[in-house]
Order: sequence, then C-alpha cells, then structure tokens
Amino acid sequence: MPSPSRRRFLKISAATLGAAAAVPMLQQATPFARAASAGPGTVTTIPTYCEMCFWKCGGIASLRDGKLWKFEGNPLDPMSRGRLCPRGTGAPGNHIDPDRLKRPLIRSGERGQEQWKSVTWGEALDYVAERMKKIAAEHGPESIALWKHGTGSRFFEHVMRAYGCVNKAAPSFAQCRGPRDIGNLLTYGTGLGSPEPTDIANTRCLVLIGTHLGENMHNTQVQEFAEAIGKGATIICVDPRYSTAASKAKHWLPIRPGTDLALVLAWLNVLVKEGLYDKDFVAKHGHGFDKFAAAIAENTPEWAEKETGIAAGVIRETAREMARHRPATLVHPGRRVNWNGDDAQRARAIALLNALLGNWGRQGGIFLAAGMKIAGYPFPKYPEPGKPKVDNPDGRWPFADEEVTTGLREATITGKPYPIKGWVVYAANLIQTLPNEKETIEAIKKLDLLVVVETHPSEIAGWADVVLPDTTFLERHDDFYVGWGRQGWAAMRQPVVAPPDEQKPAWWMAKELANRLGVGAYMPFKDMEEYLAVRCEKSGIDYAKFKREGIVMGPKKPITIEEGAEIAFDTPSKKVEFFSDQLAKAGFDPVPKYTPPEAPPAGFYPLVTGRSPVHTFSRTQTNPLLADLVGENEVWINAATAAKAGLKSGQYVRLKNEDGVVSNRVKVKATQRIRPDTLYMVYGFGHTAKGLRRALNKGASAAQLNTRYKVDPLMGGTSIHRNFVTFEKEA
Amino acid sequence: MARFGMVIDTAKCVGCMDCVVACQTENDVPHGHCRDWIVTEVRGTYPTLEMEIRSERCNHCDNPPCVYCCPTGASHVEPFGKTVQVTANRCIGCKACLAACPYGARFVHPEGYADKCTFCLHRVKEGKDPACVSVCPTRCMHFGDLDDPKSEVNRLLGSRKWHTLLPEAGTKPRIFYLD
Amino acid sequence: MLEITSTRHNPFVDPQLHVWGWEIPVYLFFGGMIAGMMILAGIAMLRVARGEDPESFFSVQTPLLGFMLMNVGMLALLLDLSHKLYVWAVYLTFEPLSPMSWGSWVLLVAYGILMASALVRIGDSWPWLTRTFPVVGRLSAALETPSRLRLLAFANIGFGIGLGIYTGILLSAMVARPLWNSAILGPLFLFSGLSAAAAMVHIAVRIFPGRPAPQGLVGGAFAAMWQPLGARAPRAGTENALVRADVGFLGVELVLLALLLLGLVTAGASQIAAAQILISGAYAPAFWGAIVFAGIVLPIALQLLELGHRIPHTVVPALLVLAGGFALRWVLVNAGQASQVLQSASR
Repeated sequence: MPSPSRRRFLKISAATLGAAAAVPMLQQATPFARAASAGPGTVTTIPTYCEMCFWKCGGIASLRDGKLWKFEGNPLDPMSRGRLCPRGTGAPGNHIDPDRLKRPLIRSGERGQEQWKSVTWGEALDYVAERMKKIAAEHGPESIALWKHGTGSRFFEHVMRAYGCVNKAAPSFAQCRGPRDIGNLLTYGTGLGSPEPTDIANTRCLVLIGTHLGENMHNTQVQEFAEAIGKGATIICVDPRYSTAASKAKHWLPIRPGTDLALVLAWLNVLVKEGLYDKDFVAKHGHGFDKFAAAIAENTPEWAEKETGIAAGVIRETAREMARHRPATLVHPGRRVNWNGDDAQRARAIALLNALLGNWGRQGGIFLAAGMKIAGYPFPKYPEPGKPKVDNPDGRWPFADEEVTTGLREATITGKPYPIKGWVVYAANLIQTLPNEKETIEAIKKLDLLVVVETHPSEIAGWADVVLPDTTFLERHDDFYVGWGRQGWAAMRQPVVAPPDEQKPAWWMAKELANRLGVGAYMPFKDMEEYLAVRCEKSGIDYAKFKREGIVMGPKKPITIEEGAEIAFDTPSKKVEFFSDQLAKAGFDPVPKYTPPEAPPAGFYPLVTGRSPVHTFSRTQTNPLLADLVGENEVWINAATAAKAGLKSGQYVRLKNEDGVVSNRVKVKATQRIRPDTLYMVYGFGHTAKGLRRALNKGASAAQLNTRYKVDPLMGGTSIHRNFVTFEKEA
Repeated sequence: MARFGMVIDTAKCVGCMDCVVACQTENDVPHGHCRDWIVTEVRGTYPTLEMEIRSERCNHCDNPPCVYCCPTGASHVEPFGKTVQVTANRCIGCKACLAACPYGARFVHPEGYADKCTFCLHRVKEGKDPACVSVCPTRCMHFGDLDDPKSEVNRLLGSRKWHTLLPEAGTKPRIFYLD
Repeated sequence: MLEITSTRHNPFVDPQLHVWGWEIPVYLFFGGMIAGMMILAGIAMLRVARGEDPESFFSVQTPLLGFMLMNVGMLALLLDLSHKLYVWAVYLTFEPLSPMSWGSWVLLVAYGILMASALVRIGDSWPWLTRTFPVVGRLSAALETPSRLRLLAFANIGFGIGLGIYTGILLSAMVARPLWNSAILGPLFLFSGLSAAAAMVHIAVRIFPGRPAPQGLVGGAFAAMWQPLGARAPRAGTENALVRADVGFLGVELVLLALLLLGLVTAGASQIAAAQILISGAYAPAFWGAIVFAGIVLPIALQLLELGHRIPHTVVPALLVLAGGFALRWVLVNAGQASQVLQSASR
C-alpha cells in the first residue's frame, strides 16, 4: 500500500526514523563529530541533562543528519521520568537562537551603552586575567567576586577560589528559595534543597500556598501533581489568582496578597485548638509545643478572616480537611518564596503546619531524600581565605547560611568592609534578578572589571567590560549532576552538537583563565572527558556505560518511616522546634508572628508575580520555539476592575510604581481569574538589552518595578511583592 | 483496521504547552505556526470559577468536512488508523479545507499546501505514541484504537464522563476530553 | 461568563479565519455572472433554433463574452491558490463529495460549451478570425443547425444552472461556517448571477451598438480585446426584455436574501451570531448599503421607472446591479469566514 503522505513526511519517516528504529536508541550514543559526518537520513541520539532551568532533568538529544532535531526525556532519569517540560523540549531553540552571543566582546563605549568590539578568545581572556591580577595586586584577590547560577559556574568558582577569591553570591538563595530553607532549617534542622523531597505522588491532601504547579514547570513535581489528581487527592490552593493549580483544587482560597502568614497561623490555631494535630509526633519529636500553642492562641480563623479575606468557616473546614488526611497531607513548602520580606518566618510557620500534620518522613508528606556519592577529582587544596566575606558583615542576617546577594552588592557600593572591584557574573542576569536595578548599576559603576559569561546578550551583559560567550548546555561538558531524591542518582552532561559560532564551554574558559592567573595546577586535566572519567574510575562507575545511558542510579534506601527510615532532627534541641530558642536569643519571634502588610495608596494595586510554563527567569525569551508560544507577558486585572478603569483585554498599558518607575508597555488581560484588588504578571519579560532582538521591549519587567523591597531580617531575602503599581494608558 | 483517537484528561492537563513544543520539533512545524495548541475555558464570575484546559489539534473526524470538500483528494482518510492526512503534492492550496474545519485545525504551510496534525503516523507506525502524547509531563493524553474495545482509550471512555468539541458540527471528532 | 483563550496563532486562521481575500469573491462573481449568461444565451439560442428571432443580438454572441470573462474569473481563482504549481491535480480525480471538484469539472465543460457556442456566429463578431482560419468558419457554419443549436442551448442552460448553483454550494457545504451553511446560498447566487448577466449583456448592448469591427489578424485581435462583441446592432425591444428580466431576477434575489437571514436568525446561537455579522455587525454597512439598497432595491426602482418611460434608459441600473452582485460575493465570503460554530456557553 503506497503511503500518500507529505513529501517531507516520507523523507523523514522512511529513511531517517526507519533507520533509527532498527537500532535500540540507547546504543547509538555517538560523539557529535561522528554524528555530523553520518550519512543522510541518519538519526543519532546522545543523552545529557538539561539546563533550561535548575531542575536538571535527564534527556536524550536526537540529531538528524548531524543537525540537532529534538530533545526528549531520558526514561532512566528519575527527574524527567522520560518526559521533559516545555522548556526542555524547546531546548533546541536555544541552540539555533539567532540572538545568541557569538564571539568574545570587549567594551568599546561607555559602560551600559552596549558598544563592543569583537576580539579573539586569547585577547578576551588576557584582558580579564590582567585586570584580575591588577585588582588582586591593589586590593587582594578577595576584591573580586563571583555571581553565579547553574552548573556551568562550577569551574569558575573553583578557579577563583584557587586564586584566593572568597566572595560569591547566587540569587537562588536570597531571591528565591532561601527563606524556605531557613524556615525549615530553624524548625527541622535542615533546609529542603532542590528538588524538594515532597511526596506529592502519594499525598492525599496537597496544600499549595502561592505555589503554582503547572505554571512553574518543576518537572517531577508537576508530573506527581497530575498523578495525585489522578488518584483523587484533595487540593487546597491559596492564591490571589485562579491559577492552573487552583482550577484543580477542591478549595481555592483567593487570599489578600501578603497575608499568607495569618492564614497559616489560623490553620495552626485550629489544628491545636481542635486537637486535630499528630499528638504522637509532637510528643515524641516536638520542642516547646506549649509555648508555641500559647503564642498562636489568639490567631483564630475569625481574626485571620479580617486579614486574609478568607472566611473563618473556610479556614476551619480546610484545616480539618488537612487533618483528616494526615500524615499523608503535604503543605508544599514553596520554592520562590521571597515575597514580603518576612518570608523565613512564614516558611517556618508552614514547616510547623507540616509538623502538626506529622508528615516528616512519611508517605504522602516530606520524604527523606536519598543521595549517592561520586568521588571528587583530586584537586590541590585551596589557599586559606585571606579576608572574610563581605556579604553578611557581623552576621547582620544571622540565619543566612548562604551568601546574601544584596549584601555583596551593598559592599561593592560602600567599599566596606573592603572594596569589591571586580565582578565575574556567570549566567545570572543581575538587572532582572536583584531588586532595584539602580543599586545594581551604582555598584557596577564602582567596579574596575565586570566580566559576564552568558549565552545571550542579557541586560547585565550590556554593562560588562568583557563578555564571554558561553555554549548552551547542549554544546558542552559539565560536571556531573549528583541528585537527591527518592533514590540518589547522577546525570551526565555531554555535548550533543558543536556550538554554532565561537562560543566556548565554561570549563574551558575557566581552565584558560586558570593558566593565565597562575593557578593552572587546579585545572590539571586535559579536558572534561578526562576529568569525568577520573571521577568515575575512582567511584567504580563504568564511564562508557554512563556516557551511553546518561544516568547512574545510586543505592535504594528507605525514604519514609513506612519503608523503615528513621527520623532525626539536627536542631539545637534535636527536636522539631515549635518554639525556637535560637530565634528568641537572636531577638526574633520564637514563634512566627504576623504583621499586616501596608495598604496600597488609592488607585494603586499590589503586583504579584509568577512563572510561565514555557519560560525560565529572564533567559528564554528569545528562544524561537518558546517565544513563539509566549512572546510577551500580560498584566492580569480582574474584569470588573478593568471595566471600572476603562481597560480592555489586549489593550496596552504601562505600570507605574510608587517611586514613579514606569514599565514598558504590557498587554491587559481582563479576567475573572484574579482578585479585584490585585494585579499579576509573569516575570522575566520587558527586556531592555538591544541584543535580545526577539524579546526587546516585549512586555513589562516585574524586576524593574521592584524598587521598594524589604529585606528578611533573618536571612537577607528580598521581597518582590511589596510594590504597588497603577496603570498608565497607552496613547 | 484500527481507528485511532485520543483521550485527553482535562483534570490532569495543566496547559504547559509541552505538547505544542514537542510537535514543533518532532514535525519541523514552520516557525509561527502550530499543529496543536492550548485552549483555556473559564466559566463563572470571580470567585466562583471553573476552568478547563485542553490540548487541541485536528480531531481526525469520522465525518471529516475537510476531506469532503477537497477537490483533489489531497486531504484524505488514510487507511492506517483511518486518520485524516494531507498529501502535499496533491494539494492545490485552495484553502477550502481550512474554511471547512470547525476546529481551525489547519493552516497553510509556507510552502503553500494545507498542513495539520498527522497524529504522528510516522511514530505510530513504529509503535510509539504521537510526540505530544509521549512528551506530556502530566500523562493526561492517551492515544489508541477506538475500534478495539480493550484499548486504554476505550477503557477511559467507559469509566469517565467525557465530551468532544463542537459535536453540533456533526463531524464526529475522535479526540475525547475527559471532564 | 465564558472566557476563552487559545495559544493558536496560525496566519490566516487566527484570530479569525481569513483565507480568502479578493480573488475568490471575484471568481464567484464572474462564475455566477457567466452562469447567468449561459442560461440567457441558452434561452435565446432555443428561440434561434425555433426560427424565432434569428438575429438575436445576445443569443449567440453572449457566449463569446462569457468565454472571455471566464478567463478573468479563472485567473482570479488561480491567483488565490497557494500551491499553484499543483493546480493540475484537480483534473487527476473526481471527488464526488467535493463541490469544488464538481465545480472544477463543470467549469471545464462550461468552458467547452461556451467555446462551441461562441463559435456559432464567430464570423459576425470576429470576421478576421474566420478569414484567417477558414476552418473556424466551416466549424461555425456546421454548428448552426437547429438540432445542434438546441443541443448547445440545453447544454448552456443545464451547465449554466449547475455553475450558478455551484458558486453558492461551494460555500454552503461548509458546516463550520454557519453564515454559509444554508441551502439558499445556491439559488441566491444563481439568481444574483442571472441579474448580473442580464445587466452585463445590457451594458454590452449599450456599449457596442453595431460599430464595424476592424479587420485583419492584428487589428482584429486588438479590436476583439476592447470590442469583444460583434458589429451587429441589437433589435428593438432587446433592452426592455433585458430590463424586465433583470427586475425579475433581482426580485427573486431579494426574497432569497430575506429567506437566508430568516433561516439564520431562527436557528441556533451560532447561526444567530452569523446573521448578526450581516445585520448589525462589521459587514452591516456593506450588506444594507451596497447589496440590499444600491445593488437590488435601487436598480429595481430605476428599471421600473425606465420601463414606465419616466426616465431614459441608461447603464446606471446595470452598473449598480454588477456592483451589487460583486458586493454580495465579497460580503458573504468575508463575513462567512468570520462566522463560526460557537462553543455552547453552558455544559
């Protein structure tokens, strides 16, 4: 039977896929050099792990005639479970993105003017090394700081530390999950890390507070979320917006922004007062429960109703629902939780809620993540730090256990306790990441050297003295990703295609820089293959098989009490701290206390932010595949509010905050799906860097409007939901 | 002979558009076009709302108006799985099929011929699911033979409430949405 | 409240279907008009065959005009195709369920009928042709027997009706477009085509009142371009007959239009919404102004006045009818694309 199909269809299916089908997929791993010279219509597959976001799913790239075709989940990988999220699936778009940085650049105009001359790698790296040496000579190597995000920064950090640099910071702490980890650390003696050990798949009742699963595409969690829905789990969703998750919920609680802590305290109150909590767990593992119970005695649902706008009856009903399913009730700890500047205490309250439900180490609750060990590479020892870090002077944020970004920025501005004269920025678009870009620019102006390593000409790259074009993850080796989860595993990153222009992998840049800085001994391997092979050999892992399959699984261990795991808590009391003596000692509320948020001035609205399922931060907006689906953000306005303001869906407005900062124009989405007093926007849009041609001036930037931010006194987290905005109509 | 169809569980679908991206790369869908897409339907007034999210595409109808209106037979029912397919080098680009489809499932490929979802027949022939189905992180999509009473799609249709799109158009669509 | 958002963004499909621009309305207009001309010519040819009115102006020369206009319509159709190099594929098959396939074949046959009919008195119109190619003259003479004329006449009438209705069925077969999805569209386009045909022939009668045609191959071919019809003057009464016919056709058209709307507004939500596009929506000014008033009501009134000798005969009503006929196609093609089967608001 002839197949009357499209020409291309025939070409692809008959020749290419037919050939692919003949050979089992995982046996085809071929280095890209060989794949590129393969005959016409040949499909080759190479496993690697994704870096479209921080979830780092294992995937398998397919090349057709040596050209990158598609990227799919690796069935062996416990994160993707064979299925990537839309960003991972869209990764080939990053490779072909015409807006990518192509070759090394040295600034030729004023800082921030985005005027460049193209240089060779030798010139660029010489320039960086000379400037670094000069700063080190004048101020010491401690005066050069590293800003980082993602796997690729690993060898920059290594080489800089070898050179004597001590200062570094990652926005993933103070601008993201930091408050949550500290809240849990103070309660349970451990942060939750990434990926969060949440047993969503087996939960009977999932409580989401602002966590918009399905719009944030934390792959495994979204997969498990769907699984939980399939199994009929009860979902309670707290969000001022009728999020995707809210639409799946039995109870949607459209809360007034900034009052979440009041709701959580009221829930705690109901569970305690009605005696619905896990008394055995509290008796066995709780510390300071009575003092805690006394502290929340006034936080009744009636009290919370006035703050949150959620009816007291609903608060009681949902608390009872949670109790009914415990310990298989999971209050999701959240991830990007830096909303109001008091977030560590809210995260702690959520941790206490989970504690009352007794779900620690339980099926359907929070499991005890298992890991695996891969031996390190035998590097020489780092030199002793010459000076202390500058980001958290005198323990200003006493419970910060990672570096505080705004602290480092402030030290750069003030020059205290000692000057910071050089920044190396790896894949962290500080203009869109840190609050109040004015301060970031002020800090940049104090620098003698700003090096930006990026795949794209981002806003921060626009301010750089030297821009080093990075490869995308599909074009490079990186260190292994050794993950914690239901079972430990490690994933391999290896190049799938050659970079299209002069881009170089981060490890290569770091190695070349190390040689120029005289610390080449710290990068003794020829290339990453050698480095990775040594680590495998020392760990008894078959490197060739690892390369072929992309994933190595660690030992299976019990991760819940049901499976035989034992729980212990690394707090000062060695128990779950319902009452925190260390917080009391440091002068903070030992039991979380609610402070009402300020009310917006007339005509202004709180702006809350979230994610689009097809974008990561501010870094994917030029990806042709993803930008095609969501090319700009929209500002969500309740339909009734919009009608009163004379605004219609599809119309453009600008947002203006209380400090008079006016955003780029952004489309109105007039919708029933949000509280009448709240606005919502996906962040990461509103790019101003000229090189990001596809994304330039598309939508509004939430970061730009974040000029009034509060800093979490416990750990230095900076708020992003404390700005009020109003509309300016577009003529 | 099989009669392929899809069952999509809207209770699980989060509208992440992964199915759309996977289709784009799998099938080299030209930039700016899509063979599948996400529709979000919100009913009610704040705060009493309901929302259905659907991954939509060609319904490979049992009663396909696009095939009926095609003057050349380019749009045809392929014996394999009784799916609706387009033969590019028989298509004259009259666009009648675009107008005839109540689902807006078709578009004109930049090369001039009518294009749409193929149910990834090239994958199905290899025993795989269509790209959209196999990528879906929520596993909300199911592909199979509607004529096989024992197939998973039929099991799902028998166990849950479902609806199809625009049944009043009389096209007998073969994508079923579980409520 | 129903809030629907879609991520689909295909050119010419979103946010609203718009696959057909000016080409298809032009094609449908010419197709309908030619269909009408074939019917008119067929009736006249029957009279010629019966020996009545053997000198009828429009009987045997109308097909020549139709044949030439057919080329214009077909050119417009070709311009619309987005995969032009594959146009031959239409004639590799016959798809019994496809109005367009029927239409393609009907057009091909109509082309032949028009050509044969045009040959009947080609010597009158284009003497240069028969002079240069005597075989054409012989063919022409051979066709002009009563039995062959009758055959041609029936072919013209039959395929004229077919072609006229087809231009409507082409659209009305589409369930997805509620505005089109009405059985009235076929007859409506047929009668609109007839009125346009009467108007077109009327204009031809007015413009070509028996001027001598240039001779010779080059001069003749040139003349054929600007003066396609022959030098024969119309008989007295021809004009009145055309005008009377036109008034009749327009009257039927008006009734059919009313029935079309009535059918829509008494049906489901999708149909009502479709009717509203014409009645009060984006196309309402064109519908009421260009089609109903200027294209039907005004020409009826003017032509009645002409027949009653209140005003002199002019081409103005005929021009209005032609413009109205085109407007009908243009509005229906565009508004129809804007209409769609609506998702029901409740479930």
